[in-house]
Amino acid sequence: MAAEDRISITVKLFAFFRDNRFKKQEQQFPANTTVRDIILFQGINPEEVGVTMINSRQCTLDQIPVQGDQLAIFPIIGGG
Amino acid sequence: MADKIFRVNMSTLSTAIEDVPANWNGLGGRGLTSTIVAAEVEPTCHPLGGKNKLIFAPGMLSGTVAANSGRLSVGAKSPLTGTIKEANAGGTAAQMLARIGCKALIIEGLPQGDTWYNILISADTITLSEETELVGKGNFDVVTAVQGRTSEKHGIMTIGPAGEMKMHSANISIKDPDSRLRSCGRGGLGAVMGSKQIKYIAIEPTEAKVEIADPDKFKEANRTFTKALVDNPISQALGTYGTNVLVNIINEAGALPTRNFTSGQFDGHEEISGETMHDTIVEREGKPKHNCHTGCVIQCSQIYNDSDKKYKTSGFEYESIWAMGADCCVDNLDQIAEADHLMDDIGIDTIETSVAMGVAMEGGVLEFGDGEGICRILREDIAKGTALGRIIGCGAGSVGRAYGVTRVPVVKNQAIPAYDPRAIKGIGITYATSTQGADHTMGYTIATNILGVGGSVDPLSHEGQVELSRNLQIATAAIDSTGMCLFIAFAALDDETCLPALVDMINARFGINLVAEDVTNLGISILKTERAFNEAAGFTNKDDRLPEFFSEEPIAPHNVVWDISDEEIDTFWNF
Ligand code: SF4
Repeated sequence: MAAEDRISITVKLFAFFRDNRFKKQEQQFPANTTVRDIILFQGINPEEVGVTMINSRQCTLDQIPVQGDQLAIFPIIGGG
Repeated sequence: MADKIFRVNMSTLSTAIEDVPANWNGLGGRGLTSTIVAAEVEPTCHPLGGKNKLIFAPGMLSGTVAANSGRLSVGAKSPLTGTIKEANAGGTAAQMLARIGCKALIIEGLPQGDTWYNILISADTITLSEETELVGKGNFDVVTAVQGRTSEKHGIMTIGPAGEMKMHSANISIKDPDSRLRSCGRGGLGAVMGSKQIKYIAIEPTEAKVEIADPDKFKEANRTFTKALVDNPISQALGTYGTNVLVNIINEAGALPTRNFTSGQFDGHEEISGETMHDTIVEREGKPKHNCHTGCVIQCSQIYNDSDKKYKTSGFEYESIWAMGADCCVDNLDQIAEADHLMDDIGIDTIETSVAMGVAMEGGVLEFGDGEGICRILREDIAKGTALGRIIGCGAGSVGRAYGVTRVPVVKNQAIPAYDPRAIKGIGITYATSTQGADHTMGYTIATNILGVGGSVDPLSHEGQVELSRNLQIATAAIDSTGMCLFIAFAALDDETCLPALVDMINARFGINLVAEDVTNLGISILKTERAFNEAAGFTNKDDRLPEFFSEEPIAPHNVVWDISDEEIDTFWNF
């Protein structure tokens, strides 16, 4: 795959998703990678994911981020 | 033994234990406090005068072994908002009141002189005594002293100096199983207790149990209910990170009010986040998990130690941390913990007081980010009742008026908590229409707007927000009557075994046959009772509005304003 087909995404993890991983990391993916694939790439089970946001907007697991996007991945959490 | 109404008249210094009127029988918690306030308090009365009454009521299931059922409701007309008010908290008091057969404790009238009193209640007696030694003391000293006079097992409900000085943000503190404090925080109920010159109320322990009409059915329903709570992933996260897990997600959503509501994101969010707090607690040998009353299986509370590994605070909540943190731009969790501890001791609402500090910062009283300054004002001004201390102690609206600040985040004079209504519109409907002033717990749309619980409603769109808030406000009024902690709602919204089990427990406890619809109707009737009280007190739909700066000042990062029309807000009450 040519280098120009790859995009860079800032991935942010929260709560226990950070354990043995990271808080924030820039990662390269082929264009057209879905949020679900990015989650799987981290070794996270999508069923454990509660909320995902691209650039602070809620998104679905089928959405495709573009070059420079920030993707935030949260487990199922709550408070109040 | 049938439940009784315990009544104390502070004008005549007399007490009575009465039968429960038939139409109060099926009620508890908020349903009962609001019904009694509506029945017995003149809506136009001065909240700190002789006509207001202070009502304590355990929930319908409090005192039983039902998981998470130990919440105590306290009600009155609020000196902060002028509306009806109910605030609830954990601690041991609700369970103990229920076990001595106290359906509600009503305190009415005002004493003539300046003598202070304390009250000791047991199954068949109410003892009113003069109090001198503890007047002026902070809540932690009160708990230690009262335990010395009585026993470590006694329940205690107390006010600190803020309540004694009738500051409008004063709270009522409830002793927890570790002799620490939980607070009926909002709306200044501590000032009402202070107006009646009662420093504390102690409850005698008993071996008696709450009567259950059908014990086998109750046990089985509780098993199902408990399982639904324990299995719920949100319950598990609450046990690990506490409610403060929200700092990062609300910040990410661009809805973390920062610098007195001028931005939706805070640079220091990581420093004050639930993740950082968890690691700090573990490193300092505190406890990430702790319960505010026996029987809680979620355990969102925690023990936060200082850097010397000594106890600093517990029940360290997201809203308190947000208010002192992002809203005042303090990115130091230890300073926030110190302020939290001071506010518990002074007996003042952490949300109202910290939002008031943010307004004071804008008014030039101190710099944004000055955590030391917040602690100094708490110690030297609020605790001692200087002029500045009284202004801040009467809340965000009071500070705005005194310092000419127009960006004052309040509805019905009560401070808006930790979710910006411009970026999460559902919660704006709750703030505007709640019968008690701005309060996230009245209809927690964050669940559905942000957390994906109970479905999903886009936080930035208009669509569905009124309906969402209405449904949640109705459900919450009912849950607040059961004695259940509101955090059961996460399981209730997404696990279909949870609510039926709760209804089964109520039925088994009282030998009745409610169905889910009856519970909804209970919620509706509570809201309507509260609304009618407010209308009779002079409130109209014009009071169901957010401050105008929310419609005029866009908030980053979404650059959105509050744009739900007044007409749309008013449709809330179409039910
Ligand atoms: S979940 Fe938290 S607030 Fe609710 S009962 Fe348990 S410790 Fe108290």
